[in-house]
Amino acid sequence: MDIRLNQLTMQFEEMTAVDRMTTTINNGELVSLLGPSGCGKSTTLMLLSGLYKPTSGEIFFGDKNVTRLDAEKRKIGMVFQNYALYPHLSVLKNIMFPLRMQKVPKKEARERAIEMAALVRIDHLLKRKPAQLSGGQQQRVAIARALVKKPKLLLLDEPLSNLDARLRLEMREEIRRIQQEVGITAVFVTHDQEEALSISDRVMLMNAGSIQQDSTPQQMYKKPVNEFVASFLGNPPINLMTVERMEARQYKLENSAQMVLLPERLNHERVRVGVRPEDLYLTDKDSGLLSGKVLHIETIGRDTMIRLKIGNTSVRALVDPKHQLQTGDICTLGADRDNIHYFDCDTGERVNVEKEAQGDADTADVEEYA
Amino acid sequence: MPTQPTWKNTLKACLYLLPALVILITFNLYPIMKSFFISLYTDYDFFNDVVYEYGFGNFAKLFQDPNFSKAMLNTIIFVIGVVPSSIVLSLAIALLLNTKIKMMGFFRTIYFLPFVTSVVAVAIVWGWIFHSDYGLINYFLSWFGIDPVKWITDPVFAMPALIILSIWKGLGFNIIIFLAGLQNIDKQYYLAAKVDGASAWNRFKSVTLPLLSPTMFFISIISIINGFKVFDEIFALFNGRPGPANSTLTVVYYVYQKFYEEWQFGLASAAAFVLFLVVFLFTVVQLIIGKRFVHYH
Repeated sequence: MDIRLNQLTMQFEEMTAVDRMTTTINNGELVSLLGPSGCGKSTTLMLLSGLYKPTSGEIFFGDKNVTRLDAEKRKIGMVFQNYALYPHLSVLKNIMFPLRMQKVPKKEARERAIEMAALVRIDHLLKRKPAQLSGGQQQRVAIARALVKKPKLLLLDEPLSNLDARLRLEMREEIRRIQQEVGITAVFVTHDQEEALSISDRVMLMNAGSIQQDSTPQQMYKKPVNEFVASFLGNPPINLMTVERMEARQYKLENSAQMVLLPERLNHERVRVGVRPEDLYLTDKDSGLLSGKVLHIETIGRDTMIRLKIGNTSVRALVDPKHQLQTGDICTLGADRDNIHYFDCDTGERVNVEKEAQGDADTADVEEYA
Repeated sequence: MPTQPTWKNTLKACLYLLPALVILITFNLYPIMKSFFISLYTDYDFFNDVVYEYGFGNFAKLFQDPNFSKAMLNTIIFVIGVVPSSIVLSLAIALLLNTKIKMMGFFRTIYFLPFVTSVVAVAIVWGWIFHSDYGLINYFLSWFGIDPVKWITDPVFAMPALIILSIWKGLGFNIIIFLAGLQNIDKQYYLAAKVDGASAWNRFKSVTLPLLSPTMFFISIISIINGFKVFDEIFALFNGRPGPANSTLTVVYYVYQKFYEEWQFGLASAAAFVLFLVVFLFTVVQLIIGKRFVHYH
């Protein structure tokens, strides 16, 4: 069952939480709604569940318009952030609850609940009360309860945020395993980019109520369509700087004397340049992009992160630890042309690089998303 | 932070408990013991405070007194008449008040007023409402062609009148407690139940009721105990008489009569002690039942 949102809008008094959102979620996909808090991702999930009704726009489950259908009748499964397991019911009864509401005969309901408990690997805990379970176990019960009625759509609202780091990694893989085993369409809300990028088939990055970019995780990371996407993804964050044209490909970093030779010919007099720290490498002066004084060096595990001061801007780069660098050294950083992103100074949109003679597949991709 | 019990920290705990214990012992425990001993005075000279004989004679006398049996029966009828309907009504009103409505604070105050108003004032007003010639209730009943009912003066209607007054009086307290209980229930459970396909009735039955059970339990115990102790409503509503033809004579009223009007201290204390046992028994039974149905979260 494909899920189609058409011009979906949700307004709370003065604030527009979701703004004319249009997209399609394909059958069997695991889609992440990613974004900073207050971007409308949870509201979108509530709209999908039917717990909220949109101000305008439509939601289709397959061919059926469910916009005005109540949550009770949408036949969806949902996992809440704090699981919302009924505290007075045992694990088994919690899982059976949706079936009881559907008036499934008791024996069958029991069998189906036990079968679902086995799938999420909690069949040895059936008699316990939720308070006697660990966070990860409660999470599994919540998933079993959401899936037991065989819904067409599974919604997960920040399901991992209440777990500790190790368990989060484990449950992340579990959610992916269960989703693929059941073959269900799932929408997953998270503010954690690593979660979104690691388990989803597709990521929708939202900001201020609208989708900024809707693509595969890799695509989103490699070819951000605007400055917001570029700066939201990645840790340490992408380096962004404004440059002004002096002549041809020769640009000057704003508020400094640093000259930057861009590998591309652009139509913009002023442009924002973005390079991820891991895409920068130490190089010699001639082929470099930028050079500056090392302000700070820190070694995190296998990486060395350096911070350069260039004019008023500081630039972070992850470099090979084999270079013997010291604070105060002057060094030059370079980057491959594919790894340099350009954004319009006013709109923040990605600037399309003019196709050159040797234009490769990547350039084509850029055009698709520009 | 649990620590091992030592003499030192036990002593410290006792010191903390002392102020409350002093008050409890002086005004609760001592009177209970004392009244039990008084109930054993079968021959007592209260002018000189000399007891000539101890025994269980007062209890024997009590159970032979038809007025006591009547008082016990009336009390039980009163409790059955008041407690369940009061709980159902106040829960219903609390549920209504718990939805988002305008002027919620105003309604809460209105419903709580009866509880904080003096019983005597309340009873005077209700005395007029129940008035057979000019009363509001009879006026409403006349719309349906029902003849005036002598609420206060007819032995058949005195108990219903008392029950109506007491339900109304207790509503405010129960509503406030139920509202607090309802607001303690996490809204997530309702969202989860909705997604799980539960209708409004099923959400009430499967989420609200079980999660409200500790509150329900508390209110039922308090209401039953208060019901057994009913006195001032009767005194005020029937002008210092236990209703026409003893129709609203309750156990506490019986104790009052024996103690203050007839000066039969032994008998009065025996009656009070029997009432204590009955209330105790009811509470124990409720605790046993409660263990099975009450869910604490």
